[in-house]
Amino acid sequence: MHPILSALKHHKTTVALVVLEIALTCAIVSNALFLIGDRLSNMQLSTGVADNGLVWVSSNSLREGGTPGSAMSLEQADLAALRGMPGVTAALKVNSLPLLNASMWRSGISVQPGLPKATFNNIAMYLGTPGIVGGLGIRLEQGRDFLPQEYADYSPSANQAPPSAVIVTRTLADRLWPGQSALGQPIFMGEKGKYVTRVVGVTTHLLNPTLAGRANSEDNLLLPVRSIPGGMYVLRTEPSVRDAILRDIPTVLDRVDNDRIITGSNSYARTVSDYFHDDRALIWLLLVVIGCLLALTALGVVGLSSFWVQQRTHQIGIRRAIGATRRDILRYFQAENFLIVSGGIALGLLLAVALNLLLMKQYELPRLPLAYLPVAALVLWSLGQLAVLGPALRAAAVPPVVATRLV
Amino acid sequence: MFGYYFDLAWRSLRCNPVLTALMVLAIGLGIGASMTMITVLHVMSGDPLPGRSAQLFYPQLDPRGMEDYGQGEDPPGQMAWIDAMNLLHARKGVHQAAMSGGQVTVRPVQGGKRAFYSDARFTTADFFAMFDVPFAQGGGWSAEDDDKQARVIVIAKTLADKLYGERQAVGKILRLGQNDFRIVGVIKPWSPIPHFYDLTSGGYQDGEQVFMPLSTALALHQGIGGSLECWGYMSFDHLDRKTAPCSWLQFWVQLDTPAQQQAYREFLVSYSQQQKMLGRFVRPPNTRLHNLMGWLDYNKVVPGSVQLQTLLALGFLLVCLVNTVALLLVKFLRRGGEMGVRRAMGASMRSIFAQLLAEATLVGLCGGVVGVLLALFGLWVVRQQPAQYAGLAHLDAPMLYATFALALCTTVLAAMFPAWRACRLPPARALKIQ
Repeated sequence: MHPILSALKHHKTTVALVVLEIALTCAIVSNALFLIGDRLSNMQLSTGVADNGLVWVSSNSLREGGTPGSAMSLEQADLAALRGMPGVTAALKVNSLPLLNASMWRSGISVQPGLPKATFNNIAMYLGTPGIVGGLGIRLEQGRDFLPQEYADYSPSANQAPPSAVIVTRTLADRLWPGQSALGQPIFMGEKGKYVTRVVGVTTHLLNPTLAGRANSEDNLLLPVRSIPGGMYVLRTEPSVRDAILRDIPTVLDRVDNDRIITGSNSYARTVSDYFHDDRALIWLLLVVIGCLLALTALGVVGLSSFWVQQRTHQIGIRRAIGATRRDILRYFQAENFLIVSGGIALGLLLAVALNLLLMKQYELPRLPLAYLPVAALVLWSLGQLAVLGPALRAAAVPPVVATRLV
Repeated sequence: MFGYYFDLAWRSLRCNPVLTALMVLAIGLGIGASMTMITVLHVMSGDPLPGRSAQLFYPQLDPRGMEDYGQGEDPPGQMAWIDAMNLLHARKGVHQAAMSGGQVTVRPVQGGKRAFYSDARFTTADFFAMFDVPFAQGGGWSAEDDDKQARVIVIAKTLADKLYGERQAVGKILRLGQNDFRIVGVIKPWSPIPHFYDLTSGGYQDGEQVFMPLSTALALHQGIGGSLECWGYMSFDHLDRKTAPCSWLQFWVQLDTPAQQQAYREFLVSYSQQQKMLGRFVRPPNTRLHNLMGWLDYNKVVPGSVQLQTLLALGFLLVCLVNTVALLLVKFLRRGGEMGVRRAMGASMRSIFAQLLAEATLVGLCGGVVGVLLALFGLWVVRQQPAQYAGLAHLDAPMLYATFALALCTTVLAAMFPAWRACRLPPARALKIQ
């Protein structure tokens, strides 16, 4: 160890530069790896909806002067036509879907009556027409599906009494009634909590239409309604004919009434995948940056070690002449590289934590779990060893006779 | 002299093509990555109305109730109808306009074309003069049209071309939803970046296709969109936007001189006091007057992810630079002998230094070329993304020069230290080893 250190002392600046480069690489790579992990875990969240064969379409009627009744009968006619398509097993209407990335109605609720202000705010409201639970494939952990008579006329924007039954997510149930069973519990809504509805079921998972960070991503209620002005049709199809159905939907709807604009339609699987497009793009970007950084650092190490090998050819010859084996020379360069990289990693881990603190402050990212640091260290150690192997082998190949030659 | 240095540099670089390629590639990668992100950031945080933006202001008032009151809280980001109309009719600015975004159903008459939705802006007469909107034909409407809810519209050139082709659009009647409107003006393609006057539906959306008097839009129940912030409980089903306790309008005012700006600040406070006396406002006066660029900052228009990526790219550039410094140091020190000979034959330290910098400059130029190519590729990749801002990512001439300048500056700076170290090598020692 000692001779290596004293040899390095002769190249203080160069060593310092390599250590700095490895430290910066280490800091950036560990934070980038962490960001990738963070995004990946977001993308693996379960939506709570069985997306296989699910398609949606939203359409706006251009007929004006209609009554709520005529809108509802058009809705019924549309649904009947959609159900009539071969390969469609269910058709219903919802106001939104998980990860649809559209704004939706949010409301404040309380678990006690008569409070002047709602205690739980920003709870997303899903509305669905008959068949919602089975049609979307929502899994109930507790309780039951809505009964046919529970579907009511209700619009969350109208300040009116909600349907008598509601289904909540497991996460929301645990927030509202910690340690108690949610079934049968009342939820109070509206001004001063004057309306009440009761929990009949609890879903395992149901994500909100948009995620704002990781927190409260499943704070939502599902209410049974008879009709939804606006909203969108959701069809469960045989997966094999899904795309054909998606293509034919506009024609089928136009046959019911062509004075409309189809504002959007897609398969639900693609909608979910689109939601994470930015995350995927960021992951690719980070992977490219990590790859380039590691390649650059490795090439830098190769360049420096080659230079040192060339510079020390004479000394290597002398060492070989007085009895050092090829293995000794190889080990020497590998040990030297290990020392330098270790120095870089030590500094790099500090930088990584500092960079993470900066990111946490500026971009509200979570704290870097310490588990990422050994991973980054391991990557850099192996990279260093790999990079030094070529020059070190060349050094080991220097014949002892070089010692007798003048340069 | 410099010709000779560059000749020497070229020979020396050719001596060691692998090391040279490595340096060029390192600089090129660093420059390419950072310029891609800096260009995106430059486009996204640019001035949407150069020359006019310093005179445009966005006033804010606080008409909310006392529930949830907190000292020093920011007022709502938009204005209620009553306040917007009061400020509009007070005419305290050079120009002022209230506005909201929305959607209209365009029903083309001829050819049985299907109806389609178009983004619309419902606003007041001063909009066009205040924002310097360029007209291709005709002009805006008058304040009188606002007052009498005239059925007039201004449309964008793209929509005019789509509907009427080569024919004159001004004077034509266009059916929107259930009503007919007379086209009074056609504007040239105009789409400020960021979409500063209404940030509620994203900072980088395209310009609207239809402009309609706000009063007309309200009277005819056109589809007003955007965000609606309300206080207190109420029914939204038969919402009367004129009386509801909700803020939903953007309001802009043009104030040319500091004196006008000061007067307007005072006016906002006295208006709040007056409204409080009338019982409409209950909070103490809480007003703001952001200028255009300040308003963009306040709303954090540039997405955090873009800033994060820029930071990442700059970190990458830093690593590339450290790498270059180390490689140049190695390269220069290795030529100690050559330097020693030149010093011994009378070259000054300065000329050695200059020669080494010439070599670095050459590396920097090549790195710049690689960097520009990579930045062009990077921006092409950015444009393939579906983000709202993606289509804007182009390298303009100033950014192209900036790329070369950055490559040259960083390389020459990176070469300073190694060159300084190399030219300080005592010539005698270098010669002795030889």
